[in-house]
Amino acid sequence: MCLGIPGEVVSLDAERPGMATVNVGGARRQVNVMLIEDEGVGPGDWVLIHVGFALAKIDEEEARLTLSYLEEMGQTYRDELRALAESRID
Amino acid sequence: MTQRTEKEVLERIERIRRRPPKITDERITLSHGSGGKATHTLIEALFLDAFRNPLLEPLEDQAVFTIGSARLAFTTDTYVVSPLFFPGGDIGDLAVNGTVNDLAVSGARPLHLSAGFVLEEGFPVADLRRIVASMAAAAERAGVQIVTGDTKVVQRGKADSCFINTAGIGVLERPVRLSVSAARPGDAVIVSGPIGDHGITIMLARGELGIESDLRSDTAPLTELVGLLLDAAPSTRFIRDATRGGVATICNELAEASGVAVILDEEAIPVRPEVRGASEILGIDPLYVACEGRFVAVVGGDDTDAALAALRSHPEGAAAALIGRIGDDPPGLVLVRTEFGGMRIVDMLVGDPLPRIC
Amino acid sequence: MPMRYVDEYRDREKAQALAAKIATLCEPGRRYGLMEICGGHTHTIYKHGIEDYLPEAVQLVHGPGCPVCVIPMGRVDDAIWIAEQEGVILTSFGDLLRVPGGRGSFLDAKARGSDIRMVYSPLDSLRIARENPDRRVVFMAIGFETTTPSTAMTVLRAAAEGLDNFSVFCNHVTIIPALQAILASPDIHIDGFIGPGHVSTVIGCEPYRFIAEERGRPFVVAGFEPLDILQSIQMLLLQLHEGRSEVENQYTRVVPWEGNQRALQAIDEVMEPRPTFEWRGLGWIPDSAMQVREKYARFDAERIFTLPANRVADPPACQCGEVLRGTIKPWECRVFGTACTPETPIGTCMVSSEGACAAYYNFGRFTRLRVRQASSA
Repeated sequence: MCLGIPGEVVSLDAERPGMATVNVGGARRQVNVMLIEDEGVGPGDWVLIHVGFALAKIDEEEARLTLSYLEEMGQTYRDELRALAESRID
Repeated sequence: MTQRTEKEVLERIERIRRRPPKITDERITLSHGSGGKATHTLIEALFLDAFRNPLLEPLEDQAVFTIGSARLAFTTDTYVVSPLFFPGGDIGDLAVNGTVNDLAVSGARPLHLSAGFVLEEGFPVADLRRIVASMAAAAERAGVQIVTGDTKVVQRGKADSCFINTAGIGVLERPVRLSVSAARPGDAVIVSGPIGDHGITIMLARGELGIESDLRSDTAPLTELVGLLLDAAPSTRFIRDATRGGVATICNELAEASGVAVILDEEAIPVRPEVRGASEILGIDPLYVACEGRFVAVVGGDDTDAALAALRSHPEGAAAALIGRIGDDPPGLVLVRTEFGGMRIVDMLVGDPLPRIC
Repeated sequence: MPMRYVDEYRDREKAQALAAKIATLCEPGRRYGLMEICGGHTHTIYKHGIEDYLPEAVQLVHGPGCPVCVIPMGRVDDAIWIAEQEGVILTSFGDLLRVPGGRGSFLDAKARGSDIRMVYSPLDSLRIARENPDRRVVFMAIGFETTTPSTAMTVLRAAAEGLDNFSVFCNHVTIIPALQAILASPDIHIDGFIGPGHVSTVIGCEPYRFIAEERGRPFVVAGFEPLDILQSIQMLLLQLHEGRSEVENQYTRVVPWEGNQRALQAIDEVMEPRPTFEWRGLGWIPDSAMQVREKYARFDAERIFTLPANRVADPPACQCGEVLRGTIKPWECRVFGTACTPETPIGTCMVSSEGACAAYYNFGRFTRLRVRQASSA
């Protein structure tokens, strides 16, 4: 079962340890964060939510790396397309 | 096993889908009320089959007929929403606006409504007062009067607090003939505003899903907006308000009745971030989620800009958008070009849009 | 307003770049069969039309990672039986409500009068139990390892609160034995695997090693956005091109290589593997599912209720098993689209929106045909 969605931690519940309010594009839900507490969770962190539990913290650095790899691939692709177009003009 | 090609399999499926519907269920289930395939089968195979007459056949949201020199539109709807009170309105607002809208989208000027109440024993009078006040306010805003009605009370447990039926009459003063079978290739598909607000608001308001947001129902009368559209776009073929089953259902009804393809552009469909967020959490597609103050319209391609400008000039139509086009192939199907660039089919809804976890 | 960590991975231009890369990695004349295991991947692939980006030579095979699809009809019947018992409220995820057992679906049972309620989270079931102390609340627990920790944590919470009216009907399954069963089938042609991203957040990437090292098939743990899947396919083809066979993690922003120890501990505290479990279409697989430990017997519906436990044979016409193993495509099933449709499903591959058949019927059946026709014109 796979529907995990990224959400941003808004606040930790002071009265109920292990629970946090998480925001997904304006929809907010109480989420149990006990499974990722060891790493430390606080407002502003992004987490992966599945059936009301946070399973993992989203690693911003890794996300950036993945995107930059994809961006580089995109750039290489665009360069190749341009080279192809230019070579046709000759 | 005989070797069939994929093409043969798909063609056979399409032939079967075109067969007249039959009901095989022994009992009514919630699917029959969701606005999707089961609802359509029930209507066609049971109600239409029994009541069959030329006015009913088109299965539009209203019946249009002539009495003397007046062209009249007549419609009815029953409201069973739970919870009764939700952000943005209550069952009373829906009961008036919903029926007003079914009249307005035929091009009629809504005039008079009836209101029938089925109340559960024990239902608080204070709540009824609130609901009726909403109806009065909504009627005034929509320019209609509630001229007749009925009340029944049933024993505790036999009705979920309060059900309301409204029927409405309107007069067609414009010489328009809008029809779900009038769409032609090249036409534009327009939506009057962001989709899914009402359905998601209700789903969240039930509280079972534990999701909160600032979303409100979009319940509103569409009469003015329809008027602006018809004035600006004389080539308007069809307008329908997107209620249960959502925009996807209307597009499927359109594709089938007109024998055309409806090709939507996912990126162009206006969806509020909260609707998108809640839909992503639940795994629901906003295209299937009910609205209560939005319509889908089909206009001739040349009238697109004028239509959009007219709608956007009104506060309720500020987010009106061109969401797709009518094509000739494949007939009877609704396709979406995804934001990612691929194409997928948007089929008629099966069951309720149930939240997925997977 | 863009949705962070979602929209960036739906970028069309980057998709085209990846598609071009994938095409260059295909050896002329060679066909590639890549199995995507997870129901969520099937859904994304069809929803976004990802197959439109792949060359004809790359075929995606849909695997058994749809936990709704693999539940045998007898277990659905058992759940309905539980719902029919005095004072029971059965709670279930939405995915399961229309899945047919031998006596209809949960929705049909609801129409007959049972109190069956949809929940988004097992925690919501707990809340229903607290709010209804005079009723017995049972949670229909399904899912792979992605979901199992949530059920386990909920049972621990119930224990901590001393609830006496809550139990789970445990149908959690594990992915590795299913993969072993797939790999043992003689009639599959799978060159590589697109690995289940969210299951891996719990179990990590190590458990898949045997697939790459002993069975010689590259394995890439993949995210769920369209670009994640395309990138994973590119990584698989690169491995095949370079003659490598390794486990790689594409979904590094979410999946830690070592998994989530807390989650694994919670599962281990509350549950233990069952000796064997029947998978629809795959038969009996040892150590492939979980049951509640003796220590938490008071939260185990199977101990509280004496279930009929009838084994219901799959309808003879149903070929779900072959679809789940990737042996046949949905359209190749003899009842696909005719007797078996989303409104009248015979097997769960058609009911669950993750099922390969439902995904193909709802999303993919037209585009594949048209793309093929267009490309042959």
